[in-house]
Amino acid sequence: MAKTAEQIRADLLRPLVRTSPAYWFAVAVAGSMVLAGVFAFSWQVYHGIGVWGLNWPVFWAFDITNFVFWIGISHAGTLISAILRLANAGWRRPVTRCAEAITVFALSIGAIIPICHLGRPWLFFWLVPYPTERHIWPNFRSPLLWDFVAILTYLSGSSLFLLLPMIPDAGAARDLVKGWRSKLYGLIALGWEGTPKQWHRLESAMHIMAIAIIPVAVSVHTIVSWDFAMTPVPGWHSTIFGPYFVVGAIFSGIAGLILAMALLRKFLHLEEYLEPIHFDHLGKLLLTFSLLWLYFTFAEHLTAWYGNDTAEMNVLWATIRGPFAPLFWAMVVCNFIIPFPILAIKRFRTITGACIASATVVIGMWLERFLIIVPTLENKFLPYSWGTYHPTWVEITLTVAGFGMMALLYLVFSKLVPMISMWELEAGVRKAPIYRRRAVHFDPQHATAKAGLAEADVSR
Amino acid sequence: MTHKWAMVLDLDRCTGCEACVVACHAENNIGTAGPDQAARGRAKHWIRVERYWEGEFPNAKLRFQPVLCQQCDDAPCEPVCPTYASYHTPEGLNAQVYNRCIGTRFCANACPYTVRFLNFYNPEWDKPLHLQLNPDVSVRSVGIMEKCTFCVQRIRAAEIQAEGEKRDLKDGEFNPACVQTCAPKAMVFGDLNDPNSEVSRLARSGRSTKLLAELGTRPNVNYLLQDSGKNNG
Repeated sequence: MAKTAEQIRADLLRPLVRTSPAYWFAVAVAGSMVLAGVFAFSWQVYHGIGVWGLNWPVFWAFDITNFVFWIGISHAGTLISAILRLANAGWRRPVTRCAEAITVFALSIGAIIPICHLGRPWLFFWLVPYPTERHIWPNFRSPLLWDFVAILTYLSGSSLFLLLPMIPDAGAARDLVKGWRSKLYGLIALGWEGTPKQWHRLESAMHIMAIAIIPVAVSVHTIVSWDFAMTPVPGWHSTIFGPYFVVGAIFSGIAGLILAMALLRKFLHLEEYLEPIHFDHLGKLLLTFSLLWLYFTFAEHLTAWYGNDTAEMNVLWATIRGPFAPLFWAMVVCNFIIPFPILAIKRFRTITGACIASATVVIGMWLERFLIIVPTLENKFLPYSWGTYHPTWVEITLTVAGFGMMALLYLVFSKLVPMISMWELEAGVRKAPIYRRRAVHFDPQHATAKAGLAEADVSR
Repeated sequence: MTHKWAMVLDLDRCTGCEACVVACHAENNIGTAGPDQAARGRAKHWIRVERYWEGEFPNAKLRFQPVLCQQCDDAPCEPVCPTYASYHTPEGLNAQVYNRCIGTRFCANACPYTVRFLNFYNPEWDKPLHLQLNPDVSVRSVGIMEKCTFCVQRIRAAEIQAEGEKRDLKDGEFNPACVQTCAPKAMVFGDLNDPNSEVSRLARSGRSTKLLAELGTRPNVNYLLQDSGKNNG
């Protein structure tokens, strides 16, 4: 791939200025999904939360499943991108931005869902510790409040993490377009001129963010798991839920990233940027997490079974051989039986293979969250209070709307920002930290000799 | 003297008549869900009589177990509420501050006894029940959790009355609606801080136990176990 910086820029900035009819079709489809969700939510606000399938005793189901699912998907991005940056993995360059974008969008969806699911959604701001004449603060002992704080922290952190590396690219795009978009890029570029001092500051800022975002990401899904683990309820009250959820989150996050990359590759014609090697590497990562997930699931269920506590056993049997058995074994098939051979055998670890494995993992991980929540609530301690749950059209529509919103945000984003970090890519091929508007040939030795700078200066 | 309100339920005496359920609905303005919604699990009963069969026909035994909010000293529902709607009063009651509730339902999921209820819709009453609402109890709107309060309105009324007359509350001077209506006298309500009250005496009985005591929630509802072996069958 002997691409020049000019070609890279031409390829990656093209979607910003040229729009195909297929794009508008995709926007229409995703937009109608979101609109359907808005309608369902309005219906719920007008009639009451009773239009959902929730009941006594199943007070959480699709709502919190979707919440955990999207927060999980959000771990794709920033975490993977931060680890790969810190590890200075060269192949990360075309992957980071679409991963970071997934994080910000999935997190936004994940943050909206718990607001929609409230009995009185219009009062969600009571979770904010704002000064009031009534001197009432939120309850800092509640895991829900920890969630609120952790998600807001992660959202602001990952937004910064997305915006920082966008600065040089926005600088390039600023000069390409006219009108309001030029102003927008100017705003994102923050007066970027590409001086050595600016490069140095950008590198330092990104380095700090990459280190800071990792503990934040781990804490977010740990706290999400504590929504369950902190209650004295069978199937939830487990000490391994924190790491179990973090592993599951990264697992589903990688799968989401692979799918998004494959779609971008196809529709933005990025075949020369998102190469089989990227899917191969991410496939190996997915394989690792599939094994980790299996290990955690096995450990969690084995200890419940061996402990033989009556209440735990009721939940366990309902899950693995009772009414939820079809879903449970479908989950095992989706999260391990299908992806493991595909990803373990080199011949199958192609782009198509990675996509099939990722699609099943996304389904399997959605089922996993559902199976953590609902069997427990249906089978709490007193048999008299056992119940069953069936979703209604409202929560199904809201679930679909979540995916529609992800697609819509991604579509809009791909129209505004180059989906691959141009300057990082160029830095990778030229091994020089300078971004000027002149052609630099892709010839590592030539470029290194000419610029006299090593890669270490760029991607430390 | 501060009070520590508690209840004793004698399982030997409970006949499963469910008069307590009806009394509770009438006293506490609990809406009626109707058969369709009830079948979907939307019925609200702050007290319920759980029915368990033991053995196989024809040697089957039927056991009743009334379950209401256990008013735990270490209530799992309280710390999880992000807005302090689920709140521990100085007298040890688990209060639900309706106006503060935003309906996360976390409390209901954390409760091991599943005694908390959500208003899935605005409440309705089968006619003519809508004409007999209790003016001392607020009506809860859609999206709010509710549960047994030990008839806090009666507790407060009695306390205010006694305070006005400058005297201490007498044991058995007032009762929650369920206790008042229990014909076989299976339910006793009173102050655990008064060692001579009937509820204290019964709570010290050898038959006294607590529901799911192993969870460490320290409930204030005591169950007197059936004297198995005799008088049953």
